[in-house]
Amino acid sequence: MAIRRGRGVAAVNYPTGMNLGGDPSQALVHSTPTGNFMVSLSSVDLGQGLKQVMAQICAETIGVATDQVTIDTADTDTGPHCMGTFASRGTHRIGNAIIRAATEAKQVMLEVAAEELEVDAGDLETDGAGNIIVKGAPQKSISIFDTALAAHFKQGRSISGRGIFLVPRSFPETETGAMKPSTCYAHACTVAEVDVDDETGEVTVVSVKNVFEIGRALNPKMVEQQLVGGSWMGISHALYETTEPYYPKREHGGTDFNQYLMPGPGDLPETEIVVLERPAADGPYGAKGPGEMCANPQIPAIANAVFDAVGVRVDTLPITPERVLRAIKAQHN
Amino acid sequence: MAKKVPLQITLNGEERAEFVESGSTLLTALRDRFDDTSPKGGCNQGTCGACTVIIDGELRLACLTLAEMCDGASVQTTSGMAKGGVLHPLQRAFMEGFAAQCGFCTPGMIMAAKALLDRVPNPSRDEVIEALAGNICRCTGYEPIINAVLEAARANSHNAA
Repeated sequence: MAIRRGRGVAAVNYPTGMNLGGDPSQALVHSTPTGNFMVSLSSVDLGQGLKQVMAQICAETIGVATDQVTIDTADTDTGPHCMGTFASRGTHRIGNAIIRAATEAKQVMLEVAAEELEVDAGDLETDGAGNIIVKGAPQKSISIFDTALAAHFKQGRSISGRGIFLVPRSFPETETGAMKPSTCYAHACTVAEVDVDDETGEVTVVSVKNVFEIGRALNPKMVEQQLVGGSWMGISHALYETTEPYYPKREHGGTDFNQYLMPGPGDLPETEIVVLERPAADGPYGAKGPGEMCANPQIPAIANAVFDAVGVRVDTLPITPERVLRAIKAQHN
Repeated sequence: MAKKVPLQITLNGEERAEFVESGSTLLTALRDRFDDTSPKGGCNQGTCGACTVIIDGELRLACLTLAEMCDGASVQTTSGMAKGGVLHPLQRAFMEGFAAQCGFCTPGMIMAAKALLDRVPNPSRDEVIEALAGNICRCTGYEPIINAVLEAARANSHNAA
């Protein structure tokens, strides 16, 4: 009877958004009379930071500061339709919809500015500091503030734009079955080290080392936060989370989250996160969806590490001490 | 209809009095009568730590504390930590260290951390883990929270020096 150390590796190839497509999100963008921008969505910020990243995307597209953009996700009854924030789709689908809406709004804004400056709209650009300037002649400019005032009160135009991003439904080819399940994949690889007590069956994660390839990290601190939390959750899924086993019968199982086991702050292994950025061709500013993927590769990596340590395949989650001991016993018989 | 009873507490340094329903918890009283929604109701049975407050200097779970037993007590919550618009070092460290995602556990985490730092100004990592062990977080994986508490302790000792 001994503590046995094992190491396992696993990699994941993760589609962004709903597989097979047919997966749209809409955005509407309009300016206030003073040149701030409202983005109307039905998408929900669950705490993942959707509003912050969507504001960045809108600001980048129009050429204003992020704090000049307000993201309104107030009401799914009245907002433009969104499939939802799930399937790691939020940044990719909604971000692309916002780029389209903001691009349309920006075009109107430049046309209004062109009228005020008596130049061609095609010769104008934003300077990122709240002004619209003539390309190559920045001394000839008008502020976005004054442009919005002119649009509202003088020219009678609405600086606004509509955007929708749809990954079309992919049907399999009849002959070959070939299809395009997704247009954008994020990737990850985890190496897990575990100690397995072959007397008690207890698995302790010693370290997890994760590499995530996520397109471009639009907000690197928030990406890191999501990945660190996800890595922990992957360990939690691998070893702890279940409503079973309870004895002697299922009716004795947990009835709420108070009986649902998760690791606490004292159960953290040494965790390493490395982010690789390979911008996605169809991602908003190159972003992919890392949300769900970041909690996935830890699970097979830990299962492989358990195999490396004690030579048994536990193929049911979570990898509880009971399951490890039963597998070891079965192997000896 | 439960009988209403008067409850006088010092809430974040301010003398307050409200009528609360007899038998209600301090959590209900704070949120519904004293309009302090910083303590959160998670499990309502003392397992998640989201309702953590400090009563007369001691860390307590507001969901397991009868409101009437707090008459005359001093109660601290997260909403009383920022002074004149200046964040408490713990709040600042949580913010700068991205130690929250959905934020539901954050007030409880901060109160648990404050009770620790009030007692042990320069805790070890293990002491921080021990202090946070009664508070559950689903999003962060705890690592950013532990680091934020250690950072706040460093900032405190730096200011004191």
